[in-house]
Amino acid sequence: MRRVVQDVVRVLALAALCARPALASEAAPAPAARPPPEKPGQFQAEPPPFTPGIFPCTQCHTTPGDRTRRELGFHDDIHFEHDAEHRWCLDCHSNENRDVLHLSNGDPVPFTESYRLCGQCHGDKYRDWRVGVHGKRVGQWNGQKTYFLCVNCHNPHSPRFKPLTPEPRPARPEEMRR
Amino acid sequence: MSGERRTPQSLPVLPEAPADPGRRSFMRTAAAGAAVAALSGCGLEDFFRKSFRELSKGDVQKVLASLERKHSAKYGRAVTVSGAPAQPGVEFGYGLDLSRCVGCRRCVYACVKENNQSRKNPQIHWIRVLEMDKARGVDLAHAEVYYEADQVPRPGHFYMPVQCQQCRNPPCVKVCPVQATWKEPDGIVVVDYDWCIGCRCCMSACPYGARHFNWAEPTLPKEELNPVTHYLGNRPRPKGVVEKCTFCIQRTRAGRYPACVEVCPVGARKFGNLLDPESEIRRVMDTKRVFVFKEELATHPQFYYFYAT
Repeated sequence: MRRVVQDVVRVLALAALCARPALASEAAPAPAARPPPEKPGQFQAEPPPFTPGIFPCTQCHTTPGDRTRRELGFHDDIHFEHDAEHRWCLDCHSNENRDVLHLSNGDPVPFTESYRLCGQCHGDKYRDWRVGVHGKRVGQWNGQKTYFLCVNCHNPHSPRFKPLTPEPRPARPEEMRR
Repeated sequence: MSGERRTPQSLPVLPEAPADPGRRSFMRTAAAGAAVAALSGCGLEDFFRKSFRELSKGDVQKVLASLERKHSAKYGRAVTVSGAPAQPGVEFGYGLDLSRCVGCRRCVYACVKENNQSRKNPQIHWIRVLEMDKARGVDLAHAEVYYEADQVPRPGHFYMPVQCQQCRNPPCVKVCPVQATWKEPDGIVVVDYDWCIGCRCCMSACPYGARHFNWAEPTLPKEELNPVTHYLGNRPRPKGVVEKCTFCIQRTRAGRYPACVEVCPVGARKFGNLLDPESEIRRVMDTKRVFVFKEELATHPQFYYFYAT
């Protein structure tokens, strides 16, 4: 049994060696397609807003789960209103490793870079977000900024912005007289 | 309205004036024919000093240090008063995304807190959020400042916060009889509160209602004071002077965003250097539909409203 495994490993290693030049030539244009790394450190972002105690997801999800679309028994606090007719959990969450998300091509994406995942569908907003037109940044206008991830403002499971309670109205002039 | 106010105020002013009456209260007293009363105090140095813009570097330091002492004593903790000048190669621009603003007024109160405005009687807000009808568009005749709602945005409405537009051609600066207000090289229109005589000509000249007058001694609880201040910005103001938004000069000249930008929960507010093509304000101007408020008055604001969608 062990020899068989060793043989398989050898064959795989050989295959990998042979394939490397081809892979390298293919990989070259890939970074261009991947947006951020123009300025390293530019996308320093707020941490994602996890529910306390729920992350890492591998605490419970140790093995890949059932891929079929269905009602969930456990995550009943998640109100899913994000094109619910067509989408479900595993379109964004990785089935193999629940501690990461995945792009539509299968590449894993950590939760801290979820904007890359959102940007696949919301390309116009992603473009605006990268240059600071959409979304929010705090810090220095001429230096280090912290970005807010999409999910810091929009609930990923129900992204429409929720109404807010306004602060009190200003006093009318007649109310300010003593 | 003012008759009722003026009678009780003009008389008790002298006794309640501090040992340092300053130039403004002198002017008032002189007009009342009692110049001697003001000169008898120990504020002669303040009275004869030049306006902030004409002070030498050494004198600026002296003035700032004396203000720090005065404010620290009054508020019972260390107050810093900066005189940081404009950074070279910087012209500030402000953008506000009308398609995002939900009218929650978080900016109004963040501004009050950051800039040490009077809390009530008088209540002074440098930002006013106008609620407008989507069907009418930007129409001041139907704008509502005093809207009350359980939740915003209210259906069928949009919101337009208005604050100082930092005009390139500022009418307020033009009308000031004592040149107590001017435009700084980085585009911020400032007021020297010690030079202001409280005539309120600038308030009537401003088409945006951006200037506010301290009718009474500002109410600023000691524990709510923001001790990081700038001479031309958020240092505590006396009674009888005009004040206004300065793009949080104490923050922005130190490289930080204004308080209203940082508090906005929808990210509708953008700020940056107009001379930097990479800044978000320039990206807004390059790619979005931008307008200035009351363009027909040719005040040429440095405050831009835009629609991101």
